[in-house]
Amino acid sequence: MKHFGLIVRSAAAWVVTLLIVFPLIWLVLTAFKTEQQAIAVPPQLFFTPTLESFAEVNLRSDYLLHAGNSVVTSFLSTLLGLAIAAPAAYSMAFFRTKRTRDILMWMLSTKMMPAVGALVPVYVIAQTAGMLDTLTGLTFVFTLSNLPIMVWMLYSGFKDIPPDILEAARMDGANVWGEFLHVIRPLAMGTLASTGLLCLVLSWNEAFWSLNLSSAKAGTLATLIASYSSPEGLFWAKLSAASLMAIAPIVVIGWFSQKQLVQGLTFGAVK
Amino acid sequence: MSDAELSVAAPLRGGDTSTGATREGTAVSRLLPRALMAPAVITLFLWMIVPLVMTLYFSAVRYNLMQPGDKEFVGLANFEYFVTDPDFGPSVLNTLLLLGSVIAITVVLGVGLALLVNEPFPGRGIVRVLLISPFFVMPTANALLWKHMMMNPVYGVLAQVSIFFGTTPVDWLTDHPLFSVILMVAWQWLPFACLIFITSLQSLDRDQMEAAGMDGANALQKFWFLTLPHLGRPIAVVIMIEMIFLMSVFAEIFTTTGGGPGNESTNVAFLIFKQALMNFDVGVASAGALFAVVLANIAAVFLIRMIGKNLD
Amino acid sequence: MAFLELKGVEKHFGAVHAIKGIDLAIEKGEFVVFVGPSGCGKSTLLRMIAGLEPIDGGSLWLDGREITRLASSKRDLAMVFQSYALYPHMSVADNMSFALRLANVDKAVIKEKVQRAAEILNLTRYLERTPRELSGGQRQRVAIGRAIVRAPKVFLFDEPLSNLDAALRGQTRLEIAKLHRELGATTIYVTHDQVEAMTMADRVVVLRDGAIEQVGSPLQLYDRPANRFVAQFIGTPQMNVIATEQLPTLAGIVGASGVLDGFIGVRPEHVVVHPAGRGRLPAQVDVIESLGADTLIYANTRGNGHGGVTLIARQNTRTDLKVGDEVGLDVLPASFHVFDRQGHVVAPAH
Repeated sequence: MKHFGLIVRSAAAWVVTLLIVFPLIWLVLTAFKTEQQAIAVPPQLFFTPTLESFAEVNLRSDYLLHAGNSVVTSFLSTLLGLAIAAPAAYSMAFFRTKRTRDILMWMLSTKMMPAVGALVPVYVIAQTAGMLDTLTGLTFVFTLSNLPIMVWMLYSGFKDIPPDILEAARMDGANVWGEFLHVIRPLAMGTLASTGLLCLVLSWNEAFWSLNLSSAKAGTLATLIASYSSPEGLFWAKLSAASLMAIAPIVVIGWFSQKQLVQGLTFGAVK
Repeated sequence: MSDAELSVAAPLRGGDTSTGATREGTAVSRLLPRALMAPAVITLFLWMIVPLVMTLYFSAVRYNLMQPGDKEFVGLANFEYFVTDPDFGPSVLNTLLLLGSVIAITVVLGVGLALLVNEPFPGRGIVRVLLISPFFVMPTANALLWKHMMMNPVYGVLAQVSIFFGTTPVDWLTDHPLFSVILMVAWQWLPFACLIFITSLQSLDRDQMEAAGMDGANALQKFWFLTLPHLGRPIAVVIMIEMIFLMSVFAEIFTTTGGGPGNESTNVAFLIFKQALMNFDVGVASAGALFAVVLANIAAVFLIRMIGKNLD
Repeated sequence: MAFLELKGVEKHFGAVHAIKGIDLAIEKGEFVVFVGPSGCGKSTLLRMIAGLEPIDGGSLWLDGREITRLASSKRDLAMVFQSYALYPHMSVADNMSFALRLANVDKAVIKEKVQRAAEILNLTRYLERTPRELSGGQRQRVAIGRAIVRAPKVFLFDEPLSNLDAALRGQTRLEIAKLHRELGATTIYVTHDQVEAMTMADRVVVLRDGAIEQVGSPLQLYDRPANRFVAQFIGTPQMNVIATEQLPTLAGIVGASGVLDGFIGVRPEHVVVHPAGRGRLPAQVDVIESLGADTLIYANTRGNGHGGVTLIARQNTRTDLKVGDEVGLDVLPASFHVFDRQGHVVAPAH
């Protein structure tokens, strides 16, 4: 009897999952089709895969540019974010004061304002400073967007280090720098990595600021994909190929760090 | 735990290290923490204050990006203009519909899915990994995937499926623009809600379930009286987080319907965008932005309180 | 001056006066136990000696040097934490050698010291493992090993056995005592368990509410408690303590009738149970606990309308008595303690 329930449940779970994930599966399939196959009626499930759509997308003069922009802005904003957030999180975790909690809450609250609320001023500032359609401008905006979440995640991670281990290190003769070097740094590596990954994902997928602040020169892959909105001629296979290349690394990263990423996004409100 | 209690309890946990009496040099413990926090605090402060002040200023003047010279003070005229815009009412309605529908779909389906995949079964690991995928697809790719491959009325998958079942295909984006956007956004956020609920279900008390079973509760009763209350908090968190992030849904609308046809799929965020970067009317857009910020503040206040409780 | 000396040591947590002027002198090689109920300040005091809590008043001296304001890392003290506090990312060997590596000791010397400590503690097989792969008892030994390797001036133990199960606790108690005999190291050991205090200590410091109630060898505390608190804290089952008015007969027996509002203390093993008719205190048996080697008899002296007083008697022979039986209780001569209203001892027991 129990077995039967298990079979039913497994089947249901698999069917529902495949239904939900179907659009992605379809995307992957279409990427390997020719344009003709992509719009075939009825839709083809079986076909000989080809890489020609990928090749055509790569030939696009601006594809590599946008891909490069995505890489640069994501990595730079991650590094910059870590450089600013890590010391702050460290200070809040290990040099805690009466105001620490309020400051942390305030930082989180800055993330809760809708991006559209800052659109106008940021646009005007960017325009005045000549930073529209520049990688610098985008990187700054991405960093600022992600900073609160990064501080929060790093803070949580640092706090997870049991304080008595630090006391033991002190008894063993470590000074403040020694504590950091030998105990905190090795134990916090995991948090630093997952926080960095989260920032990478958020920056890579960032569409609001990319669409509004950049176009031909500094546009990221997000904007490139948007350009397939209504082009001429057949483009589904190319769109799929471009999308697949753009989303694959991030989806894979997401697979490996789901828990931490969602933890970061809910500000730890769910245990 | 209040901070007064914290500083008393802290020594027992060794958490209060800010007194510095036993560290080399009390100077270290005053200057160092401040220096470490300064970059983050300063940048976030600027990021918060500067746009806010500018928005307040712009909302009270007439400022068009095409005529940058004149900025005459117009008081509340921009607000009036924004609110009396024929697109305003519908955009607020659309925003609320979008928020409400996506939240409802993601929460209900999310709970259902979480329950379905909570107990072990063959391939559960893979299923979970697959289920999380839509959340990591960038919004523009998400939007176009649906607009073309799924929703195209002739060649799209949904169209083909309706033909297979003998019904006429629906032209989703033209006939049901808002619903299409809702569908895209819900598809993207469902994994988020699902993962949160899965995490929460894992901390469900097994002993309590067994006790209820011995007290004669069936599966449905167990769900209603035990599981659902336990999920109460995560559901609240999901609702609030989604409220905050969904207020700014933009990319999907921008790449698919462009707010149309007409204003049928325009939300407040898109309306502001239209004013700012299509009409170039910064003044009115700023007025609208303040409006959106106030709305978001309401949700944020509740969320902050809830996080604050969990902070220690 | 003694090896480790506390002079008027004070500590405040905000408005709370946690440690109230502690004076204590500890000799080299002594095994001193800080014991007391939860919240008495024993752990706080230990941490102040370790340097993990700042000392607000008074001074702390070690081997002739004042170390009141010295950083923990420089005090040459080793601490075994209640939670062991092992470095999770390091192997057992690295955990144990950490302090020596920080001090830039020669690698060969480090290796030899770690080997020796590992042998003493039976950890040689686990040197390359990480704490995650060890059992609770093994982790505890690593924590001890980490302290031994440093050969510090004083060992500090903070309730090291409280996270172990009962069987392991007894065994480890013996091992720690044996270790102390072999190494002869000065040790301060904090516990709430008076059995550990009695069995392991050269001297016991009983603490309550941040102040010392009494200091002495375990048997001194047992036979000559300075006050009611110590009398009732040390010894299982608890000493019988009765108010003089409640049992005037007993007061008369022990010669304490003159003491107003006082208390009389008699240890269970000094209460003798006679058949009814003999013994100066008639009573009725309420509960009998047969532990095998010991038998505890709880008897209540019904009388004068009010409930009467329950006395616990302990004997090392089996009994034929049953619940409800009438008996006559008596106390052994010169085996009682008299306390005044404040709980201080008035007349010495012998």
